[in-house]
Amino acid sequence: MIPAAFTYRRASSVDDALALLAEHGEDAKLLAGGHSLLPLMKLRLAVPEVVVDLGGLPDLSYVEDRGDSVAIGALTRHHDLATSELLGREVPLLAHAAGTIGDPQVRHRGTIGGSLVHGDPASDLPAVALALDAVLVVRGPAGSREVPATEFFKDFFETAVEPGELLTEIRIAKRGGQGWDFQKFTRRAIDWAIVGVAVAGDAVALVNMGPKPMRASAVEAALAAGASPAEAAEHAAEGTSPPDEHNASAAYRQHLAKVLVRRALENARAR
Amino acid sequence: MHVTINVNGEEHGDEVEDRTLLVHYIRDTRGLTGTNVGCDTTSCGACTVLLDGESVKSCTVLAAQADGHSVTTIEGLADGESMHPVQRAFQEKHGLQCGFCTPGMVMASVSLLRENPNPTDAEVRSGLEGNICRCTGYHNIVESVLAAAERTTEAAE
Repeated sequence: MIPAAFTYRRASSVDDALALLAEHGEDAKLLAGGHSLLPLMKLRLAVPEVVVDLGGLPDLSYVEDRGDSVAIGALTRHHDLATSELLGREVPLLAHAAGTIGDPQVRHRGTIGGSLVHGDPASDLPAVALALDAVLVVRGPAGSREVPATEFFKDFFETAVEPGELLTEIRIAKRGGQGWDFQKFTRRAIDWAIVGVAVAGDAVALVNMGPKPMRASAVEAALAAGASPAEAAEHAAEGTSPPDEHNASAAYRQHLAKVLVRRALENARAR
Repeated sequence: MHVTINVNGEEHGDEVEDRTLLVHYIRDTRGLTGTNVGCDTTSCGACTVLLDGESVKSCTVLAAQADGHSVTTIEGLADGESMHPVQRAFQEKHGLQCGFCTPGMVMASVSLLRENPNPTDAEVRSGLEGNICRCTGYHNIVESVLAAAERTTEAAE
């Protein structure tokens, strides 16, 4: 499978990338690690006329201590998240979840920014960003704006990043000794989650339970009202509309969500 | 477009289409057919090569993304007539049946051992989860990687 013909442009800086986006408008797509975009282009589900490669921008790959929070460059690869000592200490949920994405080869290429902006509800990191109340820094021609993760994911493959903008940084408050867990059920190791659950303290987010990654609000409300993990997990399917397809039926996913939320909450409490 | 890629220690300048995938550059432009195309969907790992020393699936990388970087393929592992320790271990432990997945398995194993020189059996299995052997010959593949790790560690001591 070969992508449809396109013109390849390599951005030399963030400003250069923004200029290339302004020049080519909606005909252009940004390429980070390429592990979401290139498969779609090979299937010709995405047919951009211009591909703007961000891969040459080393200044967007970092994990930095910012006092009360950790800042992560959008081009930081899953492998670097998984092996970051700083994240392992301060935001272990993110480091752990990143280490479960795809396989080692995928983690050597895929980036946190690419994963979040792609907005696939079956991806792991969008739900993790939601559970961690991450703040996403989006830059456009007029400057940078900060978007809370809860307002970032709009719909199926749709995020708050407007045409002409790009995600530059992800900020997450340090978690101290907060309990956390990540549960993912897959048919094969390298598959997307049938259902996934990210827990950070009493925040619970779901993978692949609707058109976009979502917080399990009913579970969180039950926990806030004093419910046990097992009682709260019974609310995991409320407000969800999971896909009903060959990998799993919607009813199976809703059952699985309750099982995995209970497991995740119990593990998080035990940490 | 013009790309300059160091392939197996030698720098090459080539004209490629912008949309050329790295695996096609390796096989068709450079004529190195040891790297196989299996599933062509980032799943099977047959096309695994090293990009700047780390395993990647070359069916999901553009040749343009490798411009200015180093690629190592299965052909670049041996030192003259002397096989790489991972290659030798695959031969001795019979870590292959039909052989189609082998180049990708070997390259993924080299990358794995660079990151984790002394893996456990379980770490080898999870470290190779991106590579599929349709003969299901995983047992001897894992044995091969463990043997290569042992030999490399002994050599270093």
